[in-house]
Amino acid sequence: MLDYEKPSPPPDDRRWKVVDRTMRSHGYEPHALIQVLHTAQETFGYLDEEVMRYVAASMRVPLSQVYGVATFYHFFTLKPQGEHTCVVCTGTACYIKGADSLLAAVEEVTGAKAGETSADGKVSVVTARCIGSCGLAPVAVLDGEAVGKIAVDGIKERIREWTSIAGDNGGAPPAGIPTTPVEGPAPQNPIIEGVTAHDTRRAS
Amino acid sequence: MTREELRELREAEQKRKQKYKHTVNVCMASGCISLRSDKVKEALDKEIAGRGLEDEVLVKRVGCVGLCSKGPIALAESTRIVYDGITPEDAKTIIKNLDKAPSKALRESMEAPFFRRQQKIVLEHSGLIDPERIEDYIAVGGYEPMLDALIDISPAEIINQIARSGLRGRGGAGYPTGLKWSTVAKADGSGDKYVICNADEGDPGAYMDRSIMESTPHQMIEGMVIGAYAVGANHGFIYVRAEYPLAIERLKTAIKQAEKMGLLGSNIGGTRFSFDIQLRYGAGAYVTGEETALISSVEGNRGLPRPRPPFPAERGLRGRPTLINNVETFANIAPIIRNGGDWFASIGTEKSKGTKVFSLAGKINTVGLIEVPLGITLREIIYELGGGIPEGHTFKAVQTGGPSGGTIPEEHLDLPVDYESLMKIGSIMGSGGMIIMDETSCMVDVAKYFMGFSKSEACGKCIPCRVGTVQMHGILERITDGAATMDDLALLEDLCDLARHASLCGLGQSAPNPVLSTLHYFRDEYIAHIEEKRCPAGVCKLQHTGEYEEILEVRE
Repeated sequence: MLDYEKPSPPPDDRRWKVVDRTMRSHGYEPHALIQVLHTAQETFGYLDEEVMRYVAASMRVPLSQVYGVATFYHFFTLKPQGEHTCVVCTGTACYIKGADSLLAAVEEVTGAKAGETSADGKVSVVTARCIGSCGLAPVAVLDGEAVGKIAVDGIKERIREWTSIAGDNGGAPPAGIPTTPVEGPAPQNPIIEGVTAHDTRRAS
Repeated sequence: MTREELRELREAEQKRKQKYKHTVNVCMASGCISLRSDKVKEALDKEIAGRGLEDEVLVKRVGCVGLCSKGPIALAESTRIVYDGITPEDAKTIIKNLDKAPSKALRESMEAPFFRRQQKIVLEHSGLIDPERIEDYIAVGGYEPMLDALIDISPAEIINQIARSGLRGRGGAGYPTGLKWSTVAKADGSGDKYVICNADEGDPGAYMDRSIMESTPHQMIEGMVIGAYAVGANHGFIYVRAEYPLAIERLKTAIKQAEKMGLLGSNIGGTRFSFDIQLRYGAGAYVTGEETALISSVEGNRGLPRPRPPFPAERGLRGRPTLINNVETFANIAPIIRNGGDWFASIGTEKSKGTKVFSLAGKINTVGLIEVPLGITLREIIYELGGGIPEGHTFKAVQTGGPSGGTIPEEHLDLPVDYESLMKIGSIMGSGGMIIMDETSCMVDVAKYFMGFSKSEACGKCIPCRVGTVQMHGILERITDGAATMDDLALLEDLCDLARHASLCGLGQSAPNPVLSTLHYFRDEYIAHIEEKRCPAGVCKLQHTGEYEEILEVRE
């Protein structure tokens, strides 16, 4: 086998160590690529070119494959997200109970379509296929907190609260796989959909 | 931990529990947690501390009780009373009334058909044990069937019992589990074999597997170990949706606990058998529920399916024989080993044995999770267990099988629920999601919704699915916009036929099902949209937007 040296991460940023740790725990096995990308997105908030290049070089996986995986799965996003994230569940149960008007309301208040971030960078609007809380339909996940049986007015109000109060969320990245203990509110992920190049076939 | 030590621990745990006069179980599955059942538990704990009842009353975190829409839920075990919709302020009333007739306002009777009509095998311990304490699972006899199997029973005899039980895959396809196990067991044993648990519960509206993982993760792990022993595998993976963070946390905890006790890992229970389990997260792709796509994803690649054969049982993960079963299938294994295959086969119908967990959602009074013997009718499920349709509305259809399934109208409500019957009327059992719809749902719109789902989830590998779903969705859009002709309807049917027969994997093959079944039972609604420019349910706007024409031009 060729001599190979793992690239060094950019200095002065401890976040790279987190990504390194995940890669090391999987023995830099290419099989663990998705696990590593989960950690990277959780750490940086999104997957930019620098991250993908670093992961590719460290795990000795072609960059094209890393890009392919990052764009295939809805969960990964290549763009930075807003300060707040509003996920509207569009699963069947939520759909039957009016998820589309919920989404329309969110799009109206934020001015951003599903998969986009509002112009002021405050709110990212995303849709989820189904978060499995069908008993509480329609459901939205607001900054990681699942809110069940939410009405159009309720969701509008919550988003207006975000936009009127200056960034109190500290620019926290959208949660990836949570590391929080399970006591307390359900650690829900925003499920990123649509902003990536997953649908290249439709664009071409 | 040896078998004797396990039994001692069970007895010790049972004694520990008997010490308490009352046990109050608080549901801490994700539905109830999002309704802040954690605050309810805190309040109950505080109330008990305040009254100095710590040695008498145990407040326990448990998994799903089943009444998901009425949370937060608490269950007083000694009196078998369910409290629903409780707030932290109710803690006082609940504790005060533990010995007396409880407050009526909060009470949900365990004698209600919703509870009485259920028969629980998979969910037997759900809502009764703490999912994050392995001791709780051991106290109800957990891991004993596994050690019995590893010590006393040969792999061939285990497979024989599973085959006798008649258990079929609970992920949707209904392939006989015993047959699958014996294929993997017979496959080339010169290298590693693998066991994968498919926990990529993708059907929207289905949450059985999430609930099992959040409520009784050990039961599923135990089933995986027994399966691994039967087929001769030493490594396992659980491929779980990243959208289920709580399930992931509980699985992690469960694996760690089982490893620590020597019930997972090297030399399980002091035997020569070793088996480890790693978690792999999905990343939001529906197609990865298909087994070959799932394997590709576990290997760190894009989740693309490949043609079968070879089946994963012969060439799966890393090219090696791989046993893939779904969460609910594995959760059925330990009870079968404990009670024997014949016991399981005595439940259900001739070809569909045992019980099935269904999630009820949509326009129904009781939204939640139920486990019923196969062969029960849809009418019993919807009207007796589910309490019927909310007042003022009428039943229109029930959708089973998600984007791969179909809609079933009133006329078939008396059909027994089993794999064959549902298939015969154009739907499938699927993973167990049941969405009930009333007269306010437009069937064309519902078909469009599912086609939109399949379109965005198509992986792009084969043309019939990639292009077919886009075109079918386009036609459905034109119908709901009032811009379609009867020729479009004929074209839609042609495309359905094509996608069904020419697609590579189950996603494309079954994507036309929601269209075909609504066309079969509700054709008049399609015609009303096309010829009268009218939506009978009043859902579709029937406004010509003109956008689709541009799209078609670009494609040409």
